[in-house]
Amino acid sequence: MSDHDHTGQNRRGLLKCMAWAGTGLAWTVAGGVPAAFGLEAAAASRAIRPFSFVQVSDSHVGFAKPANPDAAATFKEAVAKIAALPEKPAFIIHTGDVSQLSKDTEFDTADQIIKEAGLPVFHIPGEHDMLDEGNGKAFLDRYGKGSKGAGWFSFDHGGVHFVALVNVANLKAGGLGSLGPDQLAWLKADLAARSSSTPLVIFAHIPLWTLYEPWGWGTDDAAQALSFTRRFGSVTVLNGHIHQIQQKVEGHVSFHTARSTAFPQPAPGTAPTPGPMTVPAGQLRSVLGVREVKLVTRIGPLAVIDEPLAS
Amino acid sequence: MLSAHRTLRGAAALAAVLALGFAAAKAAPPAAQVTIDNFSFSPMTVTIPVGGEVTWTNGDDIPHTVRAVDGSFRSKALDSGDAYTATFAKPGVYAYFCSIHPKMVGKVIVKAQ
Repeated sequence: MSDHDHTGQNRRGLLKCMAWAGTGLAWTVAGGVPAAFGLEAAAASRAIRPFSFVQVSDSHVGFAKPANPDAAATFKEAVAKIAALPEKPAFIIHTGDVSQLSKDTEFDTADQIIKEAGLPVFHIPGEHDMLDEGNGKAFLDRYGKGSKGAGWFSFDHGGVHFVALVNVANLKAGGLGSLGPDQLAWLKADLAARSSSTPLVIFAHIPLWTLYEPWGWGTDDAAQALSFTRRFGSVTVLNGHIHQIQQKVEGHVSFHTARSTAFPQPAPGTAPTPGPMTVPAGQLRSVLGVREVKLVTRIGPLAVIDEPLAS
Repeated sequence: MLSAHRTLRGAAALAAVLALGFAAAKAAPPAAQVTIDNFSFSPMTVTIPVGGEVTWTNGDDIPHTVRAVDGSFRSKALDSGDAYTATFAKPGVYAYFCSIHPKMVGKVIVKAQ
């Protein structure tokens, strides 16, 4: 599942950030992954100022089946939670599967809902957002301003470099997620311009490490992309797609997949298929959630705090 | 068997009706059914004669698509209960997959008459 290398860094200071949540922040990841996961940032870079941002994922607006009869409603609750955060995040990133079937009505509803947070939003598509006649053109027309190819882009905030990747276009039969040569060439050039002390946050829909190949939970050419990050001191990879939290640390790169705001999926290999998992009524909100990522300059690392919709 | 030499009107009319009858029977193409369920195409391989058609029906609780690897046929996104039919005019082996879940693969073998 996730393996884990604590570099001995003291995370007590980060636990203070969790007090605002009020609850014990029930993280349901087995294997001893702590609630606040600190990530190394650049060593004392003056350019890095404290801020936080939020990741939401897999809202699947339009989904209405036993696993969740109203995905729009739980997405609305998730956004309300973001809007209620005591310290305003700088922006939201949506790591894809905004819609269930790429319908205009679904995207419209998702946009109306996320607008309630009153924050800038960056979107990348999931495979469910590529189902229109134009194979993702609807998504691009709506969210792709300033992006390249199937919707990839990068931006800087508070001294951190954010990279948005698309690994759900041109999928091949029998394959996993795919970035493609054009995007890889763009990524190489994009990162070449950054100093190694710049913290990187890379987000893509399908995980950039292979969690479970039979279910397609991985990206064929992720290794190449990650090779471009080798010289960077702090790399955080944020993914969605699998509707559960899984984490991995490999050297200076930490990977985190996120909960969905719509429905959970089974842990790798624990069910015949990766389809929507129905949980007892009343428990649904405890397996859905949003993620706040905080950069704390005093100690350096980013605090990644996953919060369920209900504990 | 119809005789090509009859010229009497009645016989010609009868021949026309019988001919139509034969034509109608030939018009319905051979059809194969594929069920999409539990993230798989079932049966994974179907064999049909040229001119035949295959109908895929999605019985899963998640959408799927049917897309030929060579691009010769593709469905729109099929939600639960939706169906898609493709007709095969040329013999060959057509590999296909679900573009949403590319691990789902299948094959249509089209045999020449």
